[in-house]
Amino acid sequence: MSSQAARWIGQIVLYAAFAAAIAVLSQWPEYRPVAADQALLKVSFLHHGQRLQACVEQTPQELAKLPPNMRAPTRCPRERSPVTVEVELDGSLVYRQTAAPSGLSRDGTASVYRSIPVTAGAHRVHVRIRDSARSEGFDFEHEGVVQFDPLQVRVVDFSAEQGGITIR
Amino acid sequence: MNAPRPLPRLQAAWAWCEDRLDLASPRLNPLRHLGSIALLMFWVLVASGIYLYAMIDTSVDDAHASIDRLSREQWYLGGLLRSMHRYAADVLVLTTVLHLLREWSFGRFRRFRAATWWTGVALLPLITVSAIGGFWLNWDQLGQYSAIATAEWLDWWPLFASPFTRNFLGAASISDRLFSLFVFVHIGVPLLMVFGLWFHLRRLAHAAVWPPRPMLWTMLSLLLGLAAVAPVLSHAPADLTRVPEVLAYDWILLFVHPLVTVTSSTAVWLATLGLLALLLLLPFWRGAAVAAPAVAEVDPAHCSGCRRCVADCPYDAIRMVEHPTRRGFALAEVDADACASCGICVGSCPSSTPFRSMQHLRTGIDMPQQPIDALRRALRERLGQASAKSALVVFGCDHAAPVRALEAGDVAAFSLICSGMLPPSFIEYALRDGAAGVLVATCRDGGCAFRLGQRWTAQRLAREREPALRATVPTEKFACVAAGPGDILAVSEALARLRAQTTGETRSQVAVESPAR
Ligand code: HEM
Ligand code: SF4
Ligand code: SF4
Repeated sequence: MSSQAARWIGQIVLYAAFAAAIAVLSQWPEYRPVAADQALLKVSFLHHGQRLQACVEQTPQELAKLPPNMRAPTRCPRERSPVTVEVELDGSLVYRQTAAPSGLSRDGTASVYRSIPVTAGAHRVHVRIRDSARSEGFDFEHEGVVQFDPLQVRVVDFSAEQGGITIR
Repeated sequence: MNAPRPLPRLQAAWAWCEDRLDLASPRLNPLRHLGSIALLMFWVLVASGIYLYAMIDTSVDDAHASIDRLSREQWYLGGLLRSMHRYAADVLVLTTVLHLLREWSFGRFRRFRAATWWTGVALLPLITVSAIGGFWLNWDQLGQYSAIATAEWLDWWPLFASPFTRNFLGAASISDRLFSLFVFVHIGVPLLMVFGLWFHLRRLAHAAVWPPRPMLWTMLSLLLGLAAVAPVLSHAPADLTRVPEVLAYDWILLFVHPLVTVTSSTAVWLATLGLLALLLLLPFWRGAAVAAPAVAEVDPAHCSGCRRCVADCPYDAIRMVEHPTRRGFALAEVDADACASCGICVGSCPSSTPFRSMQHLRTGIDMPQQPIDALRRALRERLGQASAKSALVVFGCDHAAPVRALEAGDVAAFSLICSGMLPPSFIEYALRDGAAGVLVATCRDGGCAFRLGQRWTAQRLAREREPALRATVPTEKFACVAAGPGDILAVSEALARLRAQTTGETRSQVAVESPAR
């Protein structure tokens, strides 16, 4: 075989190998984001913590010092409490997070997001949320047995106005 | 004349691979045309993307079904284009990374190339964003996985009051508004890329925006072949209440998500930002680079304003201004920041002819580190020596085969900054001065350190480009050979052929000389 023919064959083999590499790497090896017997518990909510300091009644003397358009009877510091969430799965703590309020003056919502892998099956889930630094203990709680199908995504949501903590 | 610098190891390794892949022809060697292949892939993406956009439904609920229908019912057109769209993205990413590695290993990021380098780096995040975002538009399980993984990664930045991940919770599907944002990103970012590419190529004259024909058809057939043999199909529609079990995964475009999973968001953000910072700072790194060489200098007394240097300069570094003393004449002016110090303009200038009678040869535009006068002197001196009776003259290039290794009693070798620096009249001059033949050794097609030197030299010697070698020079008296830096053997073989040609022997009678080391 002439060396020119060998070079052409080499060239073709090279392009075929390149094409094969692309065909393979663009779909193989297959990827399993979670094991087949796993499910996910996603904890996610936005929540305004309670005010860090209580509103105070303004005395008439204090009010008198303010310009007339700012004479509100109570003064409320804007900063919010951080929000703490704890998740227990079958009695053991799997997640604990304290989320700071957003915004430069720390007066926005605190946000929580976590995706927790769970083995499929029934589990006792206990979620507690504390949203005020001015009182002790948790302000919201939810406990129950939750069924996780394999690969199912269940979501812990929280809205103080609409029924507190929910799992769906 | 300065001795050629030893190649840094990285460059030598790359050049070695590149030379090995010149199989059928350098024009089919992908390593020599990475930038233009990447650009070709970009245009394939644009063209196939426009067709897909016209054919599919871009709403959350119908996107998946419409794309799936296209793949099945219109497999011969829409289906093929869809698959080509994906494979072109794969090839674009691979060739861009190789293109970056090549320019890096050749040290092509400093001085006059810095602007090209920086705009290249800026293209990287744009390519990544449009490639990953493309998967979301299909809104199948793979798109769902990628969108959520991306949102989780972006939420590492505590910038937004409402995290991105909240868009992908529980509810059966995401909002149409969010989906419109996906579409917007996947069309808007490539538009930004068009601007980026324009800036990327702005400083390069005659940029290779298309690969050579054989390469172009090879790459298009390769995409079509891939699309026909392994068509891209959708996964099941997205379902936010479930994690997809198995994904046929595109590791070229989506490698970042598993990387975040096995390391952490923090690690991948640090690596990404660190790498980008490193790439952006690279032009400031002096490394082993020697001091910047002198740039081309114009001599107003010898510039006639003919513009040939403007036409040939690979980096658009020359413009014409009004001649300061000769009314109505133009004068070349070099932009020192853009000049690559390649000397190609010296080869273009009609005033560079050595036949001029002046004692000290001066030309319109010259390189202070290797003036054209020094070349004429050295040539005269060498051909004047008694041992040089019927000598062969070799003109080579500091960036290609080290021709000086061939220097012998009857071989006079000269290495220029770039072979494109050689005014063709020097060939005629050497022959008149007693040389038996002249060999011009350039780098290989697509291997020029200054992009265009090899091309202009080949065209000038073939009398296709001004200043052309005069038609009166007998063809058997000169030859041109293209050889890479590690390829001195090819030059010495060409020299042996030329020797045979000039003495009238046939090629088979000549034993190939072994190269002098
Ligand atoms: C979509 C991505 C890109 C495309 C389509 C592209 C395309 C091109 C093309 C067509 C050329 C001209 C080649 C020639 O005329 O010989 C070029 C040159 C160049 N590219 Fe890119 N490029 C891309 C990304 C990059 C990146 C990421 C870098 C590095 C960070 C880079 C660095 C360079 C450099 C330094 C040159 C100049 C080479 C020289 O002066 O000899 N490019 N590119
Ligand atoms: S030396 Fe090269 S880059 Fe500089 S002006 Fe001349 S041709 Fe252009
Ligand atoms: S090629 Fe020479 S003569 Fe022509 S414009 Fe350039 S410097 Fe002047």
